[in-house]
Amino acid sequence: MKTVMNGDFAASYGAMTSDVKFVAAYPITPQTLIVEKLSELVADGELDASFVKVESEHSAMAACIGAQAAGIRTFTATSSQGLLLMCEVLHWAARARLPIVLANVNRAVAPGWSIWADAQDSISQRDTGWMQVYAENNQDVYDSILMAYKIAEDNDVLLPMMVNLDAFFLSHTSEVVDLIDNDKAKEFLPAYDPEYKLDPKNPRAFGALTSPEHYFEFTYKMFEAMEVAKKKITQVGKEFGDIFGRYYDMTESYKIDDAETVLVTFGTIAGTAKESVDRLRKEGKKVGNLKIRVFRPFPAEQIIDALKNAKRVVVIDRDYSYGNEGAFYTEIKGALYDANLRIDTYGMIAGLGGRDVSTTVIKEIVEKAETSEPNKTYFIGVKK
Amino acid sequence: MNEKKELRLSIPKEEVLQPGHLACQGCGASLAMRYALKALGRDIIVDIPACCWAVIDGPFPYSATNIPIYHTAFETAAAVASGVTNGLKAIGNDHTTVMAWAGDGGTFDIGIQALSGAAERNDDIIYTVYDNEAYMNTGIQRSSATPHGAWTTTTPVKHYRKGWKKDLDSIMVAHGIPYLATASIAYPEDMIKKYLKAQKIKGTKFIHVYAPCPTGWKSDPAMTIHLAKMVVETNIFPLYEVENGKYKINIKPKNRKPLDEYLAMQGRFKHLPQEEIEYLQKTFDEKWEILLKKEEHFG
Repeated sequence: MKTVMNGDFAASYGAMTSDVKFVAAYPITPQTLIVEKLSELVADGELDASFVKVESEHSAMAACIGAQAAGIRTFTATSSQGLLLMCEVLHWAARARLPIVLANVNRAVAPGWSIWADAQDSISQRDTGWMQVYAENNQDVYDSILMAYKIAEDNDVLLPMMVNLDAFFLSHTSEVVDLIDNDKAKEFLPAYDPEYKLDPKNPRAFGALTSPEHYFEFTYKMFEAMEVAKKKITQVGKEFGDIFGRYYDMTESYKIDDAETVLVTFGTIAGTAKESVDRLRKEGKKVGNLKIRVFRPFPAEQIIDALKNAKRVVVIDRDYSYGNEGAFYTEIKGALYDANLRIDTYGMIAGLGGRDVSTTVIKEIVEKAETSEPNKTYFIGVKK
Repeated sequence: MNEKKELRLSIPKEEVLQPGHLACQGCGASLAMRYALKALGRDIIVDIPACCWAVIDGPFPYSATNIPIYHTAFETAAAVASGVTNGLKAIGNDHTTVMAWAGDGGTFDIGIQALSGAAERNDDIIYTVYDNEAYMNTGIQRSSATPHGAWTTTTPVKHYRKGWKKDLDSIMVAHGIPYLATASIAYPEDMIKKYLKAQKIKGTKFIHVYAPCPTGWKSDPAMTIHLAKMVVETNIFPLYEVENGKYKINIKPKNRKPLDEYLAMQGRFKHLPQEEIEYLQKTFDEKWEILLKKEEHFG
């Protein structure tokens, strides 16, 4: 059923279509609409779930950990400071191998207070063991949540997944979203029935003191799970497409076959970049776009394959790893190095704190790359 | 005679806690779990944050309890329990008891926010704090449950703890929870009755168990029960219940014992000058009077 809704509502409906049984959440702008809509759906009986209105994001994730460990499919949503407050329990959820799904509205980190789009929040949680998806549009948000449960709950994966959507550009912007029929969704995503859970009939202790003799192997198992997840994400994206007509993968290439300059983008900037590619091509520039949809696990193989013929790789980061460069830029370069590809790269930091990255800005970025020294980081549009 | 027999039978025979756990000699916290589980049985899920019990139950892949145990982060005991209980209810399980089991640091200090949240929502959990009056698992650092006058590694003898133990019980009563009880491991019948009562009540139940720690208190491990008895006989830690706002003191010592002997049995109070002992005695007596008045007015 096609309907018009903002990205926050798409996240709420994504959780509902996924038949979550438990939600614990704490409000934070601009995620608030997600929890408001879910409260309404639960109160109206449209979603048969328990909604615990916790006193903090830390407790939101802790409560999800408890419920998920008891064998119940859970969902939560947050943003920025809220995600940062969760940090400790994000690690906990991942190492406990709980397939929790979280929608994070990418918002800048304070101070100064900013409620606008910026990926610093989720990028700073990169190493928590969560899989990370960056949505380009509201349909992507909705579909990604349904797929996230399917991937996360796979017995060979069992890792939590974070679906990121840009503040306001998605959270508060209305677009057409095609909602999936509940019965069809259940065929795609069966009920959650984990092999291990808190069960008085089969008592086990989880997360106990772990000596150097065992801890290392637990981490190694997460490495294995992430490797499996790479394949599952592609596989589930195809399966989803075969059923619902919308195909997804870890990356998406747009006009890169003959491209000399390839933009590497994520989130809403990817959508704008594709429009920019069309416009720049009309000017005779051979430009393409590689969208990184999944950042963890890192799709190095797909990236290498997409970039191997490029002359120039221009990475746009809406984040900055203080003291170094954009996080995506670092990782893209790492992938190229592993493949012995010595291509000129450009780290472009743009759009921090919600500053608009329009087609004009992207054009400026391409021109900057054409005229600047490669293998360096540039901050785009800094006011002097 | 009959009464005595009844008391003995009131303690269930079945041992849920198994030998082989890692508690220190004379550990009050291990006895606390033993009695709690005797009362609550096996249809239970327990979550344990960082505290002595994170170790006592045994390292991976062992567990001394043979019930579902969930180890969790320091400040999350109540929140995880909220998740378990509400999650189970969402799938129609209304019978499994969900208990958070935390030390005083994880309750009085770092866990109080999540505890307050669970209590305010009246989530259906039993929250136990086994109180050994300091961060014992990390090496005897003071918590806000450490009593005035005590030595700890962060309140050394020259700068012993000054200030009163946080009155968490009153804070919990102020949340309007349906049930609060204090218990001491020296009174197992009383303790088991309280857990059985808590198990039948819906909502947030808070049980504050006094659990001596020979390692941290510098006391004789053989004297643990004795200390847990004396603390009641001196009115330092009265045994009482608050059910829907109504106070009931369970044990009123006929002749309150002076606290000198109780203090003398613990190395953590060895340094205390006489005037401090007098000050402690006076204050504990005043606190007891306040509790009596609460029972009188809200009984």
